Formats: sequence, C-alpha cells, structure tokens
Amino acid sequence: MSSLAVHKAPSAAGTTGATQSRPPLRSRIALVPTITLVLGAIYTLLPVAWVIIASTKSGRELFSTFTFLPGTGLADNIKQLNAYRDGVYWKWMGNSALYAGLGALLSTVVSSFSGYALATYRFRGRETMFNVLLAGVLMPPIILAIPQYLLLAKADLTDSYLSVMLPQILSPYGVYLARIYAAAAVPGDVVEAGRMDGASEWRIFTRVALPMMVPGLVTVFLFQFVAIWNNFLLPYIMLSDDEKFPITLGLYTLLEQGSNQPALYTLVITGAFLAVLPLIALFLVIQRFWSLDLLSGAVKS
Amino acid sequence: MTTARRRPYGVKGAPYAFLLPATILFALFFALPIGYAVYLSFRKVHVSGLGLGSGARKEVWAGLENYTDAVTDNELLDGALRVLGYGCIVVPVMLGLALLFALMLDSDKVRFAPFTRLAIFLPYAIPGVVAALMWGFLYLPDVSPFYYLLQKLHMPQPNLLDGGPLYLAMANIAVWGGTGFNMIVIYTSLQSIPAEVYEAAKLDGATPLQIALKIKIPMVAPSLVLTFFFSIIATLQVFNEPMTLKPLTNSLPLTWSPLMNVYADAFRKGDIYQAASEAVIIALATLVLSFGFLRAANRRQKQEATR
Repeated sequence: MSSLAVHKAPSAAGTTGATQSRPPLRSRIALVPTITLVLGAIYTLLPVAWVIIASTKSGRELFSTFTFLPGTGLADNIKQLNAYRDGVYWKWMGNSALYAGLGALLSTVVSSFSGYALATYRFRGRETMFNVLLAGVLMPPIILAIPQYLLLAKADLTDSYLSVMLPQILSPYGVYLARIYAAAAVPGDVVEAGRMDGASEWRIFTRVALPMMVPGLVTVFLFQFVAIWNNFLLPYIMLSDDEKFPITLGLYTLLEQGSNQPALYTLVITGAFLAVLPLIALFLVIQRFWSLDLLSGAVKS
Repeated sequence: MTTARRRPYGVKGAPYAFLLPATILFALFFALPIGYAVYLSFRKVHVSGLGLGSGARKEVWAGLENYTDAVTDNELLDGALRVLGYGCIVVPVMLGLALLFALMLDSDKVRFAPFTRLAIFLPYAIPGVVAALMWGFLYLPDVSPFYYLLQKLHMPQPNLLDGGPLYLAMANIAVWGGTGFNMIVIYTSLQSIPAEVYEAAKLDGATPLQIALKIKIPMVAPSLVLTFFFSIIATLQVFNEPMTLKPLTNSLPLTWSPLMNVYADAFRKGDIYQAASEAVIIALATLVLSFGFLRAANRRQKQEATR
C-alpha cells in the first residue's frame, strides 16, 4: 500500500507545520495541482483521442454518429488510404522519415563540430560568428525560403529531395545547444591533456570530446528531427511532385482536395491518425533518455 | 617548448576547420538568400509595349517603390493587425497556462505528475498542420462532438470558423501546440531553485500559493522573459495553422497573416519583387522587436540587481 506510506510521511513531518490538522485526503494528494494537471492532460489528449476514434468510422458514420463512439470502418479506411494514388501516403511517410532522419543526423554532425569549436577554443571572431549564427533563429522562415527557392531554381535543384534537405542542415538552435553542452560537459584540462599527449585536434575531438557530448547531441538530433518532420513551409514552396512530399504537405493537399468532397474526410482523418502514431511512439520511447532540461539551455554541471 | 611551438599552429587553424561546414551552409542557405531577397526587393520588372516577345520584360531597378507599395498595402497591414490581435490572445493564455502547469508540477504530493507532464508536452511532437487539421474537424459542426452536445442541450452553436470566434479557434490551436514546450522550459528552471530557498518560508508558515507568488515566480522570471520572447516571434510568423484551416472555411483570406501575404504575392501573383520587400520588412520588424525587447529585459535585470 503505497498510499499508506505516502500518508504517513507528511504526518510524521507534520510537527513542523502543526498549526492545523488537515483532512487526510488533502495531505495525501495535493488536490488542486493534481486536478489542474489532469484537466491540462485531458485538453491536450482530446483532439488526439478524437482523431483516433474518428479514424475508425466509415464515411457515413462520421457524419451520423456521436463522435466519441468508435465506428466500424478502420480497416476499410486504411485500405482506402493504401489504395489512394497507389499508396502515395506511405511514400509521404517514408519521405518524412528520410528528410527528418538524415537531415537531423547531418544537422547534429554540423552542430557538434560548431558547438565544440565555439565552446573550447578562443579565437578571433568567435563571438561574432556565434551571434551571426544566432540571428538566423530570428529570421522568419519565409524570408529564407523564397530566395532559397529562386536560387535553387537557378541551379535546377528545386522539386528535389536535396532542395528540402540542404537548407535544413544548419540549425542555429542546434549549434547553440551544442555549444552550451560542450562548454559544460567537456572540461578544458581534458582537452589540454590530450594535446600534451601529442594527439591531433581532430583526434581529441573524436576520441575525447565527442563521447562526452553524446547526451547533448541526442537532444540536438531529436529537436531537429521534430523540427524537420513538422516543417511545412519549405517543402510547400520547394516541391510540386507529390511523390517527394513529406507527410505534412501530403495531408495538407489531401485536405485541400477534401474540402469540396467530404468523402475524402475519412481519408484525411485516418491519414492524420496514422501520421501521429509514430510520433507518439517515438516520444514515449525517447522521453526516457531525452534530457528535456537541455532544450531550455539548462545544463547541470 | 616543443609543444608550445607545435601547438599554436594546429590549435589556431582547428576552430576554423571545425566551423567550416557551418560557415559554408550559412553562406549558401542563410546569407546568400537574405542578400538575394534584399537585392530583389529593390528590383522590378519593366514591361515595354504589350509585354510580348523577347526583351519586352526587363528587370530594372525600382528604388524604394516596392517598399512604399508594401507599406501602403492594406492587405499586409490588415494581416499584421490580425496577427497582433491573435497574438494578444495566444501569448498571455499560453504562457499563463505554461506557468500554471509548471508550478503545479513543482508542488508537493502531486499525483500522475509524470503522465500529465508527458501528455501536456505531447503536442510539441505533432506537426502544426496535423494539429490544425485535428482541431479544424473539431470545429466543424457536422463532425464535432462539441456541436453534438450543444445541439442536444439546445444551446446556441457559434460558428467557430468565422469572424471573432475564428481568432479564438486559431489561438486555441497555438495554445494547444505551444503550452507544453513552454511549461518544460519554466519547469526546468523551477527545478533548479535550491530547496533551502523555500525551507525558511515554509517554516514561517507560508502557504504554497504565497511561495509560488513571492518566491518561485520571481525566481523564474528570466525563463519567463525567454519564453515570452520566443512566443512573440513564433506568433508573428504564423503560417501553417491558418493555411491548414483555410480549406475548411471561406472566411480565411489568402492574406490572413503577413507570411501568407508574402507567399501569395510571390507565388500566386508571381511578384517576387514585391514579396521580397515585404519579407525584408517583416524580418526587420522582427529584429527590431527582438533586440528592443532583449535590451529592455537586460536593463530591468540590471536595475534589479543593483537595487
């Protein structure tokens, strides 16, 4: 009975705050915070729950039955989605995985190089370079995306995988996180000791610093993975061939077509449900070792 | 002194070598596009005659013409005002909730804390397009459970996808998507407050509410400033959510937000020059706002430190 144990603890310590005796329930659970948080969780889970239930409905059920009752059409809906334009939906999912997976990997590599250099070396132009990079965070995505499109069009690279991949490799926020993490995790004397032993700078980085930076780099990777997976504007501007679309753009075009034929609604809803599923799974798995603290720039040294 | 002689050489070049990939990518995908956008913003197409034949359409210098057009363009201004109104709902509600949830997570004896924390943070992983799509369907009277309930209860059924309520509907999507991230940022800084700070207050008989208001909130002020700052930037740049809601309603113009306006000018009207000048204006406004805000925040912190 864990609740008993929890109950005992505060009453034992209760002598310090013995000004009044509280009802037992309130000393066991803090009601206001618990209820507030549960309400918050209900609010955030509500649309997800709805999309899961709605995806089980056939087109007719969607408009006729109470929406929080599951329907009977999930298998049919998935079959329809598979059949839609020869399974282009799964192509979109695969594309998203490619853009986000490979893009985040390359981004993490570049961030680790830059973050390490900015954190451990003193050199001319260090702060200038860092500040110029950070200003990149503030740039509205569209001021970059439109000229990027026009320039890539000159190189005949638009409407290609590269056109979505390349502009997202450098992440100012990733560099920022990597720098903070390297500064906290890689002690200067360890680097110095490596030099004394005659190791090259590259060797020190790969053998000594990189292993120390791994937890921070996992965060950079996941952050960038989510950012690329969720990106819509850049592929929307760059791509016209729907075989290359990521899932966000694919669902958007599906919805756009669905606006004048509600028959496509079930397809959109099922598509949204299946698109959210891997993200939730990923989220549940990674949250164990994802140092969320780092996301806000806080580092425990 | 052999190491000292050998060292400067390798060490001096090394940081630049490590920064080379980032520098190349920055030059190609940040500096060059920004420079190109600025260049385009001062250009226009001059059409001679009927605009037929080769050489009839020529790119020429436009001076400030695009900028004066952009500033006097009602669409852009209206979009900015719409986004301002939308931001006045999103930022306070989102950060208020984020602070509330963070404080609740940080209090003693909370049940289900890991689960609720994860649940509230979950929308961070869901693309804005999918979020807008899910909520969009919940706003549609035909399929929404809310309308079903309102109908059963014989209550009025507001149209959430039109007029004033549309702002609330749109703000709700942003609040839903952004609260969790901000909550984590604030919660992290709450966790870093050493426990001794509260002990004295607790011994003096301060209530949890008093501790929250008098101790915790002032101590996390820097992270509140940070989240406020990033929320404002994100709000000004809203694009995905209104784009996704558009197919579901007729009351969302293609120029609802400034970014949508830029997109419409560039790719629907095909006037990349006009679009470039608008993009430059938005970027400048963001920069001025950001630096102004950060300076004001710094000054306040310094004042408080010297007090």
